Amino acid sequence: MARVDVRRVLVTIAAPALALVLALAIASLALRASGHSPVDTARAMVTYARRGSTQVLILNTATYYYLAAVAVAIGFRMNLFNIGVDGQYRLAALLSAAVGGAVHLPRPLHLLLIVVVAVTVGGMWAAIAGLLKAYRGVSEVISTIMLNAISTAVIAYLLTPGRLAVSTQGSNNIGTRLIPVSGQVPGLDLIPGANRQVFGFIIVSALVGIGYAVLLNRTRFGFDLRATGRSQSAAVASGVNVKRMVVISMALSGACAGLVGLPQLLGASYSYALDFPTGIGFTGIAIALLGRNHPVGIALGALLWSFLDQSSQILDLEGVPKEIVTIMQGSTVLSVVVAYELVRRYSQVLEQKRVGLALGQTTGVTA
Amino acid sequence: MSTEVAPTAAPAGPRPRVRATPARTAIAALALVVLLSLVRAISGADDLTSGGAISAALLLAVPIAMAGLGGLWSERAGVANIGLEGMMILGTWGAGWAGYQWGPWAGIVAAVVFGAVGGLLHAIATVVFNVDHIVSGVAINILALGATQFLSNAYFAGRDGGSTKQSPTVDPLGTVSVPFVGDPLASLEAHHWLLVSDVAGILRGLLTNLSWITVLAVLLFPLTFFVLWRTPFGLRLRACGESPTAAESLGVNVYRMKMIAVVASGAFAGLGGASLALAASSFYQEGQTGGRGYIGLAAMIFGNWRPGGLAGGAALFGFADALQLRGGAAIHALLLLVAVLVVLVGAWQLRRRRVVQGGVALACGVAVLVIYLVTTTVPSQLTGSVPYVTTLLVLALASQRLRMPATDGMPYRRGEGG
Repeated sequence: MARVDVRRVLVTIAAPALALVLALAIASLALRASGHSPVDTARAMVTYARRGSTQVLILNTATYYYLAAVAVAIGFRMNLFNIGVDGQYRLAALLSAAVGGAVHLPRPLHLLLIVVVAVTVGGMWAAIAGLLKAYRGVSEVISTIMLNAISTAVIAYLLTPGRLAVSTQGSNNIGTRLIPVSGQVPGLDLIPGANRQVFGFIIVSALVGIGYAVLLNRTRFGFDLRATGRSQSAAVASGVNVKRMVVISMALSGACAGLVGLPQLLGASYSYALDFPTGIGFTGIAIALLGRNHPVGIALGALLWSFLDQSSQILDLEGVPKEIVTIMQGSTVLSVVVAYELVRRYSQVLEQKRVGLALGQTTGVTA
Repeated sequence: MSTEVAPTAAPAGPRPRVRATPARTAIAALALVVLLSLVRAISGADDLTSGGAISAALLLAVPIAMAGLGGLWSERAGVANIGLEGMMILGTWGAGWAGYQWGPWAGIVAAVVFGAVGGLLHAIATVVFNVDHIVSGVAINILALGATQFLSNAYFAGRDGGSTKQSPTVDPLGTVSVPFVGDPLASLEAHHWLLVSDVAGILRGLLTNLSWITVLAVLLFPLTFFVLWRTPFGLRLRACGESPTAAESLGVNVYRMKMIAVVASGAFAGLGGASLALAASSFYQEGQTGGRGYIGLAAMIFGNWRPGGLAGGAALFGFADALQLRGGAAIHALLLLVAVLVVLVGAWQLRRRRVVQGGVALACGVAVLVIYLVTTTVPSQLTGSVPYVTTLLVLALASQRLRMPATDGMPYRRGEGG
């Protein structure tokens, strides 16, 4: 039996390895086509990533990518596709920034207030889609796309002087009132020798990841959620209230999405302004797919994605068009799923062969 | 990729289904025109039915309609296609690239081909490699964005009038009008008579100064209906979306049908991209699609995976888009229209003894009416959200009769059917 186990390990490693090879091959082709050396480009990217300050940047972007991907993954495990993470986190960040900038409280209370506001706003915005799905049968794909567009409009409306925004002196950027020091999360000196600090919120990200794993694998709710995702009819037969599950898991996904804007808000910008990062929700979808909804897989995916993002900075200096990074990211997503499918098919064939062989031996027929 | 939940209020006993016959559709359209006309007269927002607004609405509806038609082909064959946005991006780039070198018609061809290449990629991933349809679509959206940015750097930067984000200008495609109707309709419209001027305005918008792409797009609707619902090929294609194993057992080559459908889907989306680059403007620009691929998908679901319903959904989005571009007064009048429509839906629900839905609808309608009465303008930042709010309201309030193809978005492998 030991031989079979070795095989299983090989098969498990084979998929990501194959994906890596495929993605690298596509990226090399694109680089060759534009007349650049893939080897030199890769060397430049790796050298850049070995600098301490780059590593801090990679960890910082990965912090919010991770939260966004977990938010998407909660929906995915339930067969719900929350495209609305983007709108949810932007609305949550705006409102929590406005609340955080308006009050002065002791630090723990202040931070708690901001987080509660963000989580509530994100959760409630997503719950609209959940309610529409459960009680009116509206596809969550459509409703969250609509809610994204609506939240863009609402943010544009609220983020004007006289409502939630104040104009910044010396620039035409406008944003919410600055959050006072008591509401800011101090950075951490995780990387020695770097001139930047890692977002303190990375701890919250890690906690959310642990919470996600525990919730899914160690609670009744998680069991119901996975069961509903796998087979709705089986879940209904075992007494799961699917409508309630739809609303709760959508709200949960949105609550997690509400946290996405906070690392940037409480660790760097301290105000929601016109230039607040957008589109993280869509990146979250890709990373959740890359990490196959697994808490550790998502973490690896988030790190890989933000490494590619950051390395585009150095590519520009090297004269390589930085759009190559977007091509790499897209082809990575595709290669990962193609590789898993190929390996699954191959291991299925192996399994069938093994079963055939075993059956042949027990019945005395030589295979 | 979605959990299906049946709506709560199960109808009490069987009730007759209202089928959309041509006569009923005509009556509904007529009623809508009368309603528009009344709202126009009450609110005084003449732009609501002006030829200019209708013409702009048509122009803006075309890209959405083409993306939706792409979605229709693909999903009828059982392949969910969220990559329409990416295929559309490829289309806009192809239109700009071929258009500025060899003229707008070459631009259209290139857009269709580029879109079809995106479709082919999606087809290979989903049909051959059985990749999750949503995953593949998301990847294609990312890839298309990256590829077009990359190609713009290589082909547009440094050209006369081009940059890393924009193609050089393409010659105009030219427009076409139904002869002899433009001037009389315009003079009728100028009188602002109830109903008469409104009909004249709408006709003028629909019959004059049409881009050739618009004409082509409108023709593709009856063509799609004919091919998918009146030919053996269409029957087989739809069978692949409803029950691929049954189709397989009858000797249909399911893989081939799905491949054809998805490649066609990309071609449609590419044509939608061409209409943005060549009719709505005269160059490719980064971000030109602005999420219209997703909106097209929404319009298709809104239209219950049928060409007629899809056209209605696309028209709704196009109309609201056009009014928003033309300023606040008409959007404010649109609130009145939405209020009246929602109240009507509520009354209809109440008549069918569905008290909860009817009550909610009436309350929503009255709320919108109050907002209309106490405000004089809609804040400019919020006008853009009107089509999206309308869609949500319509989907939430209209009785839930939407039914997607039975195996839409599910993986299929030959010989593995149960």
